[in-house]
Amino acid sequence: MAFSNRGVSLTVAAVLLASSATPLAARKDKDERPASQGASAEPENPYPSTYRPYGGRPTVLRGATVFDGEGGRIDNGVVFLSDGKVTAIGGPDTPIPADVVVIDAQGKYVTPGVIDIHSHLGDYPSPGVEALSDGNEATSPVTPHVWAEHSVWPQDPGFSRALANGGVTTLQILPGSANLFGGRSVTLKNVPARTMQGMKFPGAPQGLKMACGENPKRVYGSKGREPSTRMGNMAVNRQTWIKAREYQQKRAAGKDQTRDLGMETLADVLEGKIMVHNHCYRADEMANVIDMSKEFGYKVSTFHHAVESYKIADLLRDNGICSALWGDWYGFKMEAYDGIKENIPLVHKAGACAIVHSDDQDGIQRLNQEAAKALGAGRRMGIDISDEVAWTWLAINPARAMGIADRTGSLKVGKMADVVLWNGNPFSTYTRPEKVWIDGALLYDAFDPKRRPVSDFELGQIGAGDVK
Amino acid sequence: MTKSFSLRANAGRLGAALIAMVAAVPALAQPIAITGATLAIGDGSEPVQNGTVVIDAGKIVAAGAGIAVPPGAKIVDASGKWVTPGLVSGFSRVGLAEVPAVRETNDISANSPFSAAIDVAPAINPLANPIAISRNGGVTRAVVVPAASSGIFAGQGAVIDLGADMSPVTKGRAFEYVEMGEAGAAEAGGSRAAMILTFKMMLRQAQDYAKAPAAYDGNSRDSLLNRVDAEALVPVVTGAMPLMVHAESARDILAVLALRQDFPALRLILAGATEGWMVAPQIAAAKVPVITAGLEDLPSAFEKLAATQSNVGRMVQAGVSVSMGMLTGDDALQLRVANQQAGNMVALTKVPGATGLTWGQALRTITLAPAEAMGLGDRLGSLQPGKAGDVVIWDGDPLEMTSAPVAVWIDGVAQPMTDRQTRLRDRYATPDEGSLPKAYEW
Repeated sequence: MAFSNRGVSLTVAAVLLASSATPLAARKDKDERPASQGASAEPENPYPSTYRPYGGRPTVLRGATVFDGEGGRIDNGVVFLSDGKVTAIGGPDTPIPADVVVIDAQGKYVTPGVIDIHSHLGDYPSPGVEALSDGNEATSPVTPHVWAEHSVWPQDPGFSRALANGGVTTLQILPGSANLFGGRSVTLKNVPARTMQGMKFPGAPQGLKMACGENPKRVYGSKGREPSTRMGNMAVNRQTWIKAREYQQKRAAGKDQTRDLGMETLADVLEGKIMVHNHCYRADEMANVIDMSKEFGYKVSTFHHAVESYKIADLLRDNGICSALWGDWYGFKMEAYDGIKENIPLVHKAGACAIVHSDDQDGIQRLNQEAAKALGAGRRMGIDISDEVAWTWLAINPARAMGIADRTGSLKVGKMADVVLWNGNPFSTYTRPEKVWIDGALLYDAFDPKRRPVSDFELGQIGAGDVK
Repeated sequence: MTKSFSLRANAGRLGAALIAMVAAVPALAQPIAITGATLAIGDGSEPVQNGTVVIDAGKIVAAGAGIAVPPGAKIVDASGKWVTPGLVSGFSRVGLAEVPAVRETNDISANSPFSAAIDVAPAINPLANPIAISRNGGVTRAVVVPAASSGIFAGQGAVIDLGADMSPVTKGRAFEYVEMGEAGAAEAGGSRAAMILTFKMMLRQAQDYAKAPAAYDGNSRDSLLNRVDAEALVPVVTGAMPLMVHAESARDILAVLALRQDFPALRLILAGATEGWMVAPQIAAAKVPVITAGLEDLPSAFEKLAATQSNVGRMVQAGVSVSMGMLTGDDALQLRVANQQAGNMVALTKVPGATGLTWGQALRTITLAPAEAMGLGDRLGSLQPGKAGDVVIWDGDPLEMTSAPVAVWIDGVAQPMTDRQTRLRDRYATPDEGSLPKAYEW
């Protein structure tokens, strides 16, 4: 590849090398190296990612308004993607290499790909029939041994809608919330693949799904089992953490013990290798969980569905915990009764980390619009957040909460070229993705019917390949 | 301020609010003129600049550009703002549930010896918080639909207003509701064949009842309907009452249209119709209005394999009257997403290969079209003279998610703009506690 402007080209290339080569190697190491120490040690990654970027031509997006995903904005910007990475980003004077695809993006917007931290695509796929319903192992309140990735059906048509209509390039698939300890999550690149491994985000840490409140106590209480109350929820949680700490200490000391899949998950949480994603609606319950995490020495990454985060935004800020939130859901169950549209801006204003999430096959197609609801509601109450700062709710914030911010979640040189070109301001209802790149590969193009994935399930059915 | 004084003041405020809520003040004596707005009528036309709406005696008197302000009118300056008719939710369960997952508050369906005769109107709670929350989202009227759980017929729905008063019903017994897709087959015992037969036999028994009510024995082994439900279906067979039929797939829609071969007087309204675009010419020819979800684009069920967001646009192009409503859940709570549904229809006009709607057409699907589907197109749903004074002023383009209503009138009555959510918002504008706990801030 050649660069038309002298001088800066070398810098760009050097940055590219420096920023991609080292992390890639480290990543590969962490992702694929089998490890075994001690009798109870687990192989670190028995279901390794086989995802490889699909490749694409070096491409320059020129003239767009760019939200970089970390709160920055560039008007009339230049974003250069090559070798799967963001290799340059800047203002109109940014040198544009020769022999690359140049897309005139004037009047359009460029953002990092949307990251949904809370999805059940593949685990609760379309069609929503019982035979494909694989999101909750609701046979015991404590199932940290199950892995959501083992339920993921890559043929769920929902992935393609999230890509084409939502600009979603990365998503975390979580087990459901029937259980206190629901199991491990998996982070996927939103690429069609024959296998889950073909979608798996290389090197992304797994998460542990936990759940507060009504769901566990209802599911098990109705079976006459513990927990049937919120105090039962906490008691079972604490009892389990006690066992987990014992297991973890033995494991760390290399002592003999029978390998236990669930305990391995929890031990990894206690060692900071697995991030905790805790479904929790009410402020008072979040406070209990925060204390529990201190009691047992683990960290909560994110409270999900936290409709009452606005009541304790200071507490969440002080404890460095993110809130993954809907734009306007409220009231469908008792613990959601106090949901308000200003939740996200109030959390943001307090200096805590706010994330827009979907938990929904339809909502994931419009996370930008959910963010717009929050943005408007905030501005009306005098919380003045700029568009570019609000985009952090869909980009760097979820990336950090999922442990992948060093690789994606913003348009920084050296990061994965997960990029959306929008045909207008993405906070407008009238705007849709025009093109979506994942690791620099053009995987959706509104102007090319063939750049629209059709899952095996839809192939040969009525409406296959239709603009959805 | 002494404690007793503040208590008295609060009691006074509360009392005034309750009186305002309970006594449905019909209309103000003084006409209202809303001026200077970007104005959309709701009839499918595009918005005009510098528009004026005049409301008097609870009705729209005039609306458009170049309208004279009548002498003595109270002028509301809406410069820089948008004005639309109040939104009409074409399909909802608002007022039938406060917290849907809390059974005690949920009156949407029942395991009951009755089905077709169930009338939702007396169960609607005008003080349900979702009514106020929806109203503050610009929704002023809603079609309220019962849900089936005791057979294919669910009962009789209503059209309501969302005003802050104790008389919500605009039109009770507005339609009968029946399930005719996957859900209908399940209610009929497990097959569509049984569902169609059950439907036909029930309507025949209603005809039998109509011929000789005293002779009708609702208790015999051959009776599919008790006397009360048989009586309730008589106006459906005669066409006096519309029949809203929930069907999603193309083949189920055709099966529904074919019911008129046996019962020619049926006044059908299609609800759902996710695959309506496939049989749009037939729906248009049958002159059956459709109320649909708009944004469904996944094969979330086998009866929705051909789902696409272009469904609405394609049906409208084929000449079908299309409204949007809450067909896919959150039907008791989130009526305020109507503008999001409509806005996304406009977005589709910029997507190659998709079929969307113009802005005016999109607004029509959430205003005049649902009113017309309910047979109320002459009374509400647009800002045409003589219609109900249901008017919303928005702080921006009403189909954008960053916009919100700043004023709402229903039947010409200015509505309160606060609700439980705005109170929570204000209480927690800062999370810090003051000298006393948050519970003292109200």
